[in-house]
Amino acid sequence: MMSLKVNGHDHQIDADGDTPLLYVLREELKLNAAKFGCGLGQCGACTVIVDGKAVLSCVTPLLLLEGRQVTTLEGLGNLDAPAPIQRAFMEEQAAQCGYCIAGMMMRAQALLQKNPKPTDEQIRAELQPNLCRCGTHMRILRAVHRAVRLMDSAALPSATTGSAR
Amino acid sequence: MTSSKIVAGIVAGLLAGGVIAAFAVAWRPAIPAIEPPAPQSFDANLVKRGRDLAAIGNCNDCHTVRGGKAFAGGLPVPTPFGAIYSSNITPDPETGIGRWSEAAFRRAMRSGVDRAGQHLYPTFPYDHFTNVTDEDDRALYAFLMTRQGVHAPARANELAFPLNQRFVVAGWKLLFLRRETYRVDSAQSTEWNRGAYLVEGLAHCGACHTPRNALGAERVSAPFSGGDVDKWHAYALDARSPSPLPWDTEALYRYLRHGWDAYHGIARGPMAEVVSNLSSVQESDVHAIAVYMTSVFGPPTQERLRKEDAAWARLKSLPAPSNSPGALIYAAACAPCHESSRPLPYGGVNLIWSTALSAPDPRNAANIIISGIQPVEGERSPIMPGFGSSMTDAQIAALLNYLRGRFGNQPGWSDVENTVRDARRMQTVFLKTQPGPHNAPGDPMQRDKP
Repeated sequence: MMSLKVNGHDHQIDADGDTPLLYVLREELKLNAAKFGCGLGQCGACTVIVDGKAVLSCVTPLLLLEGRQVTTLEGLGNLDAPAPIQRAFMEEQAAQCGYCIAGMMMRAQALLQKNPKPTDEQIRAELQPNLCRCGTHMRILRAVHRAVRLMDSAALPSATTGSAR
Repeated sequence: MTSSKIVAGIVAGLLAGGVIAAFAVAWRPAIPAIEPPAPQSFDANLVKRGRDLAAIGNCNDCHTVRGGKAFAGGLPVPTPFGAIYSSNITPDPETGIGRWSEAAFRRAMRSGVDRAGQHLYPTFPYDHFTNVTDEDDRALYAFLMTRQGVHAPARANELAFPLNQRFVVAGWKLLFLRRETYRVDSAQSTEWNRGAYLVEGLAHCGACHTPRNALGAERVSAPFSGGDVDKWHAYALDARSPSPLPWDTEALYRYLRHGWDAYHGIARGPMAEVVSNLSSVQESDVHAIAVYMTSVFGPPTQERLRKEDAAWARLKSLPAPSNSPGALIYAAACAPCHESSRPLPYGGVNLIWSTALSAPDPRNAANIIISGIQPVEGERSPIMPGFGSSMTDAQIAALLNYLRGRFGNQPGWSDVENTVRDARRMQTVFLKTQPGPHNAPGDPMQRDKP
């Protein structure tokens, strides 16, 4: 039994320490935003935020996470109250098949928490580990730029609340 | 005339003489600028040869900013004295070497003086390039002068006085620059001599693998005994090599040519760019380098052979893993790849063969755990996810201590947690390998095929 803090809530998890975080999120906690892509930490579909940093949950065993804060896309916002990053991705229609998008949003969110005004080059460099096979990269880039503007205006408080949970 | 005036006269005379002598040591004339030669004026075969030589010289590594225009310079090279920025060696007439004659280029290679007569800092390894033949300098010149010119003004170095005065470099040269140190050894094979010429000259292997003295010069008394570069340790390549298995020519060849060897692991850090470059040059040159380096390593001593036997023995019967935090992290995060039966480069190397874990300090192992191994664009290449974001410093330190004890078969490292903290600070700049100038075929073992 181990305690895991996800989106601000403590969960008692009955799983071995070597279980990947992704499995726990999807199977135990039914948080299905993070996706299983390659299982090797090479595609980024499983990206979540741990203590403010983008982490590949498929290669992150549970035992590393004692006492740390995990944030998934569900922790940022939902359909009724989307976080700025989610609104931006919807408004730019950045998803094609959508499989990579949750991971993209989480890595972009981690970037914007650290650097609220990234250059286009910095966004490209940061998102480089996340793969999109549909080719919506230009829309994804536009969405991140839009999120910067959304967070910059009135939406800033909700973005910080989302990430702090 | 009073005696004080005589003394003053003598002092003034000495000073003037000193200034003249210093001037004679430091002053180099400018070589007249030329009209930039047309690219078509260079023989295509010469350019092609220059291309291979530039790859062996690893020129693009320092002279190209990651993701920037090739050879346009501007990359900060960290030194203990401050950052020195690489120069623009594209044929741009204003900011590059477009107005340099071949003689000016040759002088820069041979004695570290630019066209205008300014001394160049020895971050540009002319202490090695002085060994390059006129013929090879000509080919390199032809290659560089036919690249795309890029307008990129030099960036100011971050050096304090007096090191920001270039004449100081003249004194450094007087002390440390030995010209044309490479000599043909007729007792050795042609291939060995070719390797020696490349290693001691253009490939400048010692620039990283030989330790440096307080003034930044290679310690000639300890060649290839291991050095430091960009917060990485460049392993000793002589009898002190920490590799669990002694290197032989074929293993060296595979490693240098393909970027990895099953029993030595994968080239990464600053070495990744070197092997990327070597994957595209004449096979025979890489083999010659391997032949020469084998003789630098020397035949394995009895002690080395005992260590090798011990490693093989441990491979067969590793003790059962403990329940320490490091052991649990290894089992959960590392073993799924490093103990998979997938062969390199797609599975992880069995860490019994890891040089990093037998190295004198944990820097390289810490760097690789934090940042992983980035895939090389356009190639099927070794990969490893970085764990810097998912593991805390304490977790990485626990893991390193465990790995050292279980696989390193060496006394424990000290100060591991500080090393991890340092490694985390520098993690980004030098870790991303960039695509080579070539289009490598998919299978890395088939790079040699057309």
